[in-house]
Amino acid sequence: MDNVIRRRTPGARLARAVLYAVLIVMGLVYLLPLLIMLLTSIKPLDEIGAGTLLALPENPTLAPWITAWGEACTGMRCEGVGGYFWNSFAIVIPAVAISTVVGALNGYALTKWRFRGSELVFALMLFGCFIPFQVVLLPMAQTLGWLGLSSSRAGLVLVHVVFGIAFTTLFFRNFYVAVPSELVSAAKLDGAGFFRIFWRILLPVSAPIIVVSVIWQFTQIWNDFLFGVAFSAHDTQPVTVALNNLVNTSTGVKEYNVNMAAAMIAALPTLVVYVLAGKYFVRGLTAGSVKG
Amino acid sequence: MSTSLSRGRTARASAQRSPLGLLTDWIPRLVLAPSIAVSLFFVYGFMIWTFVLSLTNSRMLPSYDFVGFAQYAQLMVNDRWWVAATNLMVFGGLFVAICLALGAGLAILLDQRIRQEGSLRTIYLYPMALSFIVTGVVWKWLLNPSLGLQAMVRGWGFENFTFDWLVNPDMAVYTLVIAAVWQASGFVMALFLAGLRGIDDSIIKAAQLDGASLPRIYARVVMPCLRPVVFSAVMILSHIAIKSFDLVVALTGGGPGYSTDLPATFMYTHAFTRAQIGLGSASAMLMLGGVLAILIPYLYSELRSRRHG
Repeated sequence: MDNVIRRRTPGARLARAVLYAVLIVMGLVYLLPLLIMLLTSIKPLDEIGAGTLLALPENPTLAPWITAWGEACTGMRCEGVGGYFWNSFAIVIPAVAISTVVGALNGYALTKWRFRGSELVFALMLFGCFIPFQVVLLPMAQTLGWLGLSSSRAGLVLVHVVFGIAFTTLFFRNFYVAVPSELVSAAKLDGAGFFRIFWRILLPVSAPIIVVSVIWQFTQIWNDFLFGVAFSAHDTQPVTVALNNLVNTSTGVKEYNVNMAAAMIAALPTLVVYVLAGKYFVRGLTAGSVKG
Repeated sequence: MSTSLSRGRTARASAQRSPLGLLTDWIPRLVLAPSIAVSLFFVYGFMIWTFVLSLTNSRMLPSYDFVGFAQYAQLMVNDRWWVAATNLMVFGGLFVAICLALGAGLAILLDQRIRQEGSLRTIYLYPMALSFIVTGVVWKWLLNPSLGLQAMVRGWGFENFTFDWLVNPDMAVYTLVIAAVWQASGFVMALFLAGLRGIDDSIIKAAQLDGASLPRIYARVVMPCLRPVVFSAVMILSHIAIKSFDLVVALTGGGPGYSTDLPATFMYTHAFTRAQIGLGSASAMLMLGGVLAILIPYLYSELRSRRHG
């Protein structure tokens, strides 16, 4: 394919220029919303009314960020989204850790200790990746009540673990299938047990899939809104719910700059993860959908 | 062959070491047991539970007065449900089609030995890392008629430029398409690019020797090879469309009126804020039916290709 292009006739050179132009313009289209969000978040409110979206701020200010973090009203309370930002972490960290560990052990048991029906077990669990969560909301609300976990962070952790396991098991299962079984068989013959083999043989090669699983779960749970809005109370809301409340609180003047700053705050953790580990993020997204 | 041999040997070895050996044999099952139990209860049990609720006349609290399929009959004559279902068709259809076209196009363009391909890819894909709530909030701002894009273009001198879809009940559903395409098309690009990289160069070389032009090669040789990618992308995107809830809440709030309701928001509104648990459950079951209709062919082909691959 490249031979054709490398032959630099004027026509080919023009085609090449058009190609780059299209790609760059599309890049700008994807970038603009983020850029405008950032610009708006550092403009004073009077500049927003007077100028347009792309106008650069004349007096850039961090005040909207400070308001968004600590003072803006999210419904009844006016304490900003800062507390909810930490709420999200308090929910995400245990949920990611537990679901990843469980997924790793499941994937290991399903591939290296196959038994009659293990494929069926996998298919059974895999289904959990695909259900629309609306179908579990009402029973979940009642079950959380019975467990005494209504509107608590622990309840949200439980929900995210329960519905995250299907994904983490899928990741680890598909990864361990490709790990050669010879070493495991030899270790079994030597009398090594289930956990010893996992610890000594599988875990040392698992770094990439652990990263994929952690990043996937982190973005999924951080970005969750449905469970957050259904199963939390004022003081246990994740940041996505707080952001939505902040934007829809209708008292006083609409402070668009504060809205954008709050949206940036809610978006930053997953954006940082994406920039730092984009490769693994893509692998999580495409896991199971493209072979290899 | 070798695995069955060693499996036989371990079985024998553990038989000699019983009862410890017996325990070793059961450990994998014990490790899986909690997950299986969780899955049976929280996924399958809850599905049945919701189905049972959909057969009752539950209002504010679950009750178990069975009314048969009356709630489904209610849905069938509920104007708001039909708005939601029609919106899903419009939104889902456009969302999937545009994402596919845009994703495939970008992937093909990026596959031409582009300098800085990595940076461009990162830019196209980053919206996928955002929450739909953030996406909704941002696009609500961009599409705000008095301060957003419309105002900007008018400021450039096009006084009559109108782009007020967000507040126009006939057009608001298309704003959902715009925001969702912005968020997910980069992901489709990544899928296609991975597929393109997996194609054997020699097929393309052979077509070139035959004198085929580049567009022709893509249309006749490359795209047919990517049929599995198209298939997966359609499955994943339609799945995202059916589940879309956050985006509607953040971007349009279902409005103006209920003109941009989707089944997901319909269910939530009725079950959680309008004290119509029975009706909400029935709508959830219909959503599940929709997902199954897409999912079963997908899983079938996935399992088949895995067995053959």
